[in-house]
Amino acid sequence: MSFTNHRKMQLYGALLLLPAAVLLTTFAYLPTVTTVINSLFLPGFRGAPTEFVGLENYQVLFDDPTFWKVARNNLIYAVGTIPTSIALALGMALFVNGKLRGRGFVRMAYFTPTILPMIAAANIWMFFYAPQIGLFNKLLGMLGFSGVNWLGDPNLALSSVIVMSVWKEAGFFMIFYLAALQSMPPELKEAADLEGTSRWSFFWRVTFPLLMPTTLFVLINALINSVRVVDHLFILTKGGPNNATNLLLYYVYENAFSFFDRTTAATITVVILLVLAVVATLKFTILDRRTHYQ
Amino acid sequence: MNTTTSYAPRSRFFSIPALETVAAWLLAIIWIFPLLYAFWAAFHPSEFMVNFALFAPLTLENFTNAWSQAPFTRYYLNTFALVTGVVIGQFVICTLAAFAFARFPIPGKNVLFMLVLIQLFVFPEVLIVENYRIASELGLINTITGIGLPYVASALGIFLLRQTFKTIPRELEDAARIEGCNWLEILWKVYVPLAKPTYLAYGLASISHHWNNFIWPLVVTNSVESRPLTVGLGVFSAPETGVNWATVSAATLLSIAPLLIAFLLFQRQFVQSFLRAGIR
Repeated sequence: MSFTNHRKMQLYGALLLLPAAVLLTTFAYLPTVTTVINSLFLPGFRGAPTEFVGLENYQVLFDDPTFWKVARNNLIYAVGTIPTSIALALGMALFVNGKLRGRGFVRMAYFTPTILPMIAAANIWMFFYAPQIGLFNKLLGMLGFSGVNWLGDPNLALSSVIVMSVWKEAGFFMIFYLAALQSMPPELKEAADLEGTSRWSFFWRVTFPLLMPTTLFVLINALINSVRVVDHLFILTKGGPNNATNLLLYYVYENAFSFFDRTTAATITVVILLVLAVVATLKFTILDRRTHYQ
Repeated sequence: MNTTTSYAPRSRFFSIPALETVAAWLLAIIWIFPLLYAFWAAFHPSEFMVNFALFAPLTLENFTNAWSQAPFTRYYLNTFALVTGVVIGQFVICTLAAFAFARFPIPGKNVLFMLVLIQLFVFPEVLIVENYRIASELGLINTITGIGLPYVASALGIFLLRQTFKTIPRELEDAARIEGCNWLEILWKVYVPLAKPTYLAYGLASISHHWNNFIWPLVVTNSVESRPLTVGLGVFSAPETGVNWATVSAATLLSIAPLLIAFLLFQRQFVQSFLRAGIR
């Protein structure tokens, strides 16, 4: 009786799971598997894999200086955006956590870029960066400097993209810091005040260590975003000049839909998947063991 | 503000927060400035974008230009259809899966759940090439379904709802069963109503994500018929189209207006939703 009931429950549960399982298989597991397979074959007619070549495509990719340039760009992009936006987010959260005149407005100002589509943000920033008429060069001109080509100069373009990304992301990360700050017991601050601890040392010895789980959490999200978000490149630079702002996912897009080279696209995708796997492992092992939310 | 030096310790105590207030406001102004500038530019004749004059004459011409140069009505309808469809789809599919994970004995449940969580990292846009191939094999290219379907079985949605369902006491379920409810009725009458805050939070985060999504909709659509606002805007404002800046600003505002207004009205809920959806 109870045995058949258990079997019934199992069947029912499996049926409930079925739609999600079908969709996840179609748009996540299957494409992952075929991507890996495609990266091990030579392309044939209409990009269908023909001959098994093992890791040869990876060999070709790793011999390609453009790939290394793009990978290096992505690393610079991550190093340029992540610490800056996390530091700014923490600063913003500390600002709006305290008593502050017009706190509601300030908080809204920090957070609003999060709500905008990356593409809209890039549209606005495109004008700031424009060489002749752009706002930044106008400001430089007012100070007596000659303008620079923010997005056209290979030495500046990636930094310009990074600045916009930091503007877009900092407010999002602020939310997590703010939540963490608000859940901190006020007794800590009271005790520190009684002992005459300075604000500076209270921050470094109490607040900052207690925010460590939040920092790790934000870091993971920022890492994922740094390989995932490419929308702004479509407006700002198209990966140029001369690949100076090309990032891994944009390079996948370019290979697949501009050069029609699906094999290379698949090979780069596997590299991205490996990066994401490292991030995921980081999250599930270190993070989940050491942090407790709520 | 400190005006004298005779209260040195006190003035130091007070001047730090004052300095902080200035810094906080300065940062806030820098942060909101790009948006304010876009506002300003959209409502002024294009020649003033270059020769910035704060009190230049106001005009709505940029909006009429933008509106006439791209099919924004179509883009709005597409985005609304996309966002509504995705959120409804996610609610249904994720509710069913979350219920299964929370309450049913399924062999290998933990492994299956871990498999689902993989999607938190492997997004449809990362698998863009193969997803494009699959979408085209299913005949979904250039359809709104094609834009939304890969996101419907959302690991985040399943995860959040499962967590919520797990906190609901079994006694409520038993009571419903005594009253003769079957499993789906129990789900609908007990679990779903009690998970309302989760639905709201996840729904808002999902709406803003899909309203703003770009690369996958760009790849999977190739005509006005199915393009959402973001893709329409991206095509519209590409430098090679030669549209002027003021018109681009107006078009940008048009695309972000509904979401921005919703955010200004429901700020708290939005912020909460990002928080709830973010912590996983």
